[in-house]
Amino acid sequence: MEAKLFRALYNDDDILMKAVKKLREEKVHIEEVYTPFPVHGLDKAMGLAETRISIAAFMYGCVGLITAVVMMNYIMIQDWPQDIGGKPSFSYLQNMPAFVPIMFELTVFFAAHLMVITFYLRSRMWPFKEAENPDKRTTDDHFLVEVHAGSDEEKLKELLLDTGAVEVQVPKTA
Amino acid sequence: MYTFSNRLKISALVLMVLGLIGLGVGFFTAPSTVEEAKAALESAHGDGHGGDHSSGHLIAQEQNDHAEDTHAEATAGDHAEESHAAESHGDDHSAAAAHGDAGHGGGHADHHGEHLLNSMKNRPWSAFYAGAFFFFMISLGVLAFYAIQRAAQAGWSPILFRVMEGITAYLAPGGIIVFVFLLLSALQVNHIFVWADPAVVEHDALIQGKAGYLNPTFFIIRAILFLGGWVFYRQYSRKLSLAQDEASDNKPFVKNFRLSAAFLVFYLVSESMMSWDWIMSLDPHWFSTLFGWYVFASMFVSGITTIAIITIYLKSKGYLEEVNDSHIHDLAKFMFGISIFWTYLWFSQFMLIWYANIPEEVTYFEMRFEYYKLPFFGMLVLNFVFPLLVLMHSHFKRINWFVIATGIVILFGHYLDVFNMIMPATVGEHWHLGIPEIGGIMFFAGLFIYVVFTALTKESLTPKRNPLLEESRQFHY
Repeated sequence: MEAKLFRALYNDDDILMKAVKKLREEKVHIEEVYTPFPVHGLDKAMGLAETRISIAAFMYGCVGLITAVVMMNYIMIQDWPQDIGGKPSFSYLQNMPAFVPIMFELTVFFAAHLMVITFYLRSRMWPFKEAENPDKRTTDDHFLVEVHAGSDEEKLKELLLDTGAVEVQVPKTA
Repeated sequence: MYTFSNRLKISALVLMVLGLIGLGVGFFTAPSTVEEAKAALESAHGDGHGGDHSSGHLIAQEQNDHAEDTHAEATAGDHAEESHAAESHGDDHSAAAAHGDAGHGGGHADHHGEHLLNSMKNRPWSAFYAGAFFFFMISLGVLAFYAIQRAAQAGWSPILFRVMEGITAYLAPGGIIVFVFLLLSALQVNHIFVWADPAVVEHDALIQGKAGYLNPTFFIIRAILFLGGWVFYRQYSRKLSLAQDEASDNKPFVKNFRLSAAFLVFYLVSESMMSWDWIMSLDPHWFSTLFGWYVFASMFVSGITTIAIITIYLKSKGYLEEVNDSHIHDLAKFMFGISIFWTYLWFSQFMLIWYANIPEEVTYFEMRFEYYKLPFFGMLVLNFVFPLLVLMHSHFKRINWFVIATGIVILFGHYLDVFNMIMPATVGEHWHLGIPEIGGIMFFAGLFIYVVFTALTKESLTPKRNPLLEESRQFHY
């Protein structure tokens, strides 16, 4: 049996927040919430797990730093240690201040870009991706909450209207 | 209302007494003759030091092209005179100042001894100055932070204004102590500032060129001006801040806003010049354009760290109940960010000089590389690597003991920063982090705690009415 999804539309983020809290209290599982803009505190109200993207970014930064160090060490110290303007190319440490700008920039470059790519992958965003929008109005001024219909559909509908929904879409039985 | 707990008061007094003893020991054990200095060095370093020292001497002389010139020009007959002239040019040879009063005709061998003597005589003075300046700098940094919060009309911080005002209460007494020290130095009671000694300036074309700016009279006038401006803002702003509590409109608040904005303009100029005067002129042959910013970053981060530590302390005692984790989080973010800003300036100053390697600039770092390896690089670990790794995670910035522990490390790191700015110019290679230095820290730490916590008892710890106060109470990150 295919799961049925109820869609409740709200026209104010305050009402949305209260609705989400109420639905969580009533133990209704929220499938997804669509909003036109970030609603502060919605993730906490929904009980979403904290993002780990900053941890990923930190690790990417470390990779970038290592890349820079290995690269500069190989090129400037190991492969061809020339005397360029009297800079001491005898060991990495001796000439390190000159490499710091590169080490810094590569750290930032790796951390930033790989983090963005991770974000795209994890949130499944790419060019030519088909938009998954249940209702066009959610990109402008409406908020939409998707909930699974349980056994008592009438009661759920009542509950959704109770929370201040301006409209509740009940799909036809598949 | 806050009551100064007896335990803290006694600890502060004990710190002051122990610190005074430490400083006293420093002044008492400082050698007064060349022979004593040599004997002290022997006992401290053993035999190995002789070679070390003379090589350091050589470097200092070689590095200084100018020394050669003067040397050649010198017309005085005896060798001691000549080497005196050359010597006084070494950046790290502040000691040459006292050349005049101790055995002049002794020739080169004795000259070495006098240099040693003067470094050793400088040690307790430098230890005193490092401590005095460090704690003064904390309260000045807090004052700048406070003015920025007011001028920016920050919504999160008004609840912490009384704490900041408490810390800046140290500005006047701390400033007077620093001023007395500067006055004594300008009057040549010690040899901390070489350019104050006419005997040195006489043989030093470089300092002569700077004499229009670096002369004792103008130096003291500037110090009065800067300190006067800072203390005036502190007192007036505090008065307005208290007046706002009792007022029926927001006039004092608006007035304070304008005053703070004006103060920040004055502060930026005066702070920069203060750093040239009080710190950079210790090495009168050396100059760096971003030095003012560098000193500013150091005082700013130490100040913010102190606000965080004192806030957490007061909160743990139940006095600042409305301060929540988000306030601490914000302070910790500032600690983290400004620590990195400090490192950025440190590195920019260091790397530019290292890269171009111009002899007249690079002597500054040569000295620190040669003789101050551990404090010089150690402070980089304490001030950069440690806060970077510890305060990066958002969650850690909310854990109070974590912030306190990091704060103590940062404060120690910035003491070392001050140490690294002062000591190489005054005591050169004969540095220790020993009884006089620790005494200096303890005395001023005790005085700082005593003054700050006494000021905190004067008024309620939260402002009563301020247009931004409610926002600050509700502040949540």
